[in-house]
Amino acid sequence: MAKFSRKGKGGVPELSTSSLADIVFMILLFFMLTTSMRQGEKKVSLKMPGASEIAKLERKDLAAYIYVGTPIPSEQAKYGTDARIQLNDSFRSVDDIRDFIAAERETLSEADRQFMTVSIKADENVRMGIVTDIKQELRRTSALKIMYAARKAGAGEL
Amino acid sequence: MARPVQGLPSSSLADISFMVLIFFLLVSTMDQDMGLQRRLPPMPDPNQKVDDVQIKRRNIMVVRINDADRLLAGGSPMEVSMLKDKAKEFLLNPTNDENLPEKVEQTIEGFGSFPVSKGVISLQNTRGTSYNAYIKVQNELVKAVNEIRDDFAMQNFGKKYFALTEDQQRICRDAIPQNISEADPKDTGRKK
Repeated sequence: MAKFSRKGKGGVPELSTSSLADIVFMILLFFMLTTSMRQGEKKVSLKMPGASEIAKLERKDLAAYIYVGTPIPSEQAKYGTDARIQLNDSFRSVDDIRDFIAAERETLSEADRQFMTVSIKADENVRMGIVTDIKQELRRTSALKIMYAARKAGAGEL
Repeated sequence: MARPVQGLPSSSLADISFMVLIFFLLVSTMDQDMGLQRRLPPMPDPNQKVDDVQIKRRNIMVVRINDADRLLAGGSPMEVSMLKDKAKEFLLNPTNDENLPEKVEQTIEGFGSFPVSKGVISLQNTRGTSYNAYIKVQNELVKAVNEIRDDFAMQNFGKKYFALTEDQQRICRDAIPQNISEADPKDTGRKK
């Protein structure tokens, strides 16, 4: 009789899954570091104009967002199809920008306030009238650093 | 007889972490905030006299976009694709033309003196201009400045602008300023 008898049937040993959790945690960590939380809900349909000379916004936490565009279909019954301004989560008028900027300033620390950038995310089909109104209002509240949000586009597709 | 402590089953740990992973995938965004950064001019003081800044006619190029998104640059209608070269010619003034902007020798810290162009591009639009056309024009003007800066950087440092150090980039910015003025809308009075 053989002294060393193999246990079991001698099939393929089961794969160890203990490192799977570690790997998934690593992917998780990667995603947590590279992404940022989605803020707010967009209520306007937005197709940003393409531009080739765009620069990245360095400090995302210092940005305030103003969305301009036509309300999404589910909101159109209430707000119509004209281009509207969205601040935080609701449709507002140009006059509310002053309060909005003041509130955004409050959330930043004293030292960072001068670096606050207002990112204007407007649909490519809106008219400049509404954007000019926003710009004038921003000048009045002396939020002078602005950014026209745009999507990256090569020279050919402009 | 004491039973040896069995290892905790860790197979479900992977499932749990997958669930957390999916949660993060859903609530986070990958998109980077990109765009054209601008600085608005401060609101003029109402007590201040208007027109304190007089700019010579040769130093200003008016770029105007009308309701139909047509472009008028420096007095002549043109396509957006031609605007970049026009702007570059205006800002560089290679032949020292009488009608193109004058240059002023300025001492730039860490570089020396350099003839800095006094040209200002004034961008005007109407309320009916589409945002898309406006951004396209802005983009062309920024591209013109960027190309001039690249050339300047290439000549003096042998590298493109973005590859330079912080200090060298500042020199480039001082030598070739990005003077794009966004005029006030017509009905609220003009500035610059």
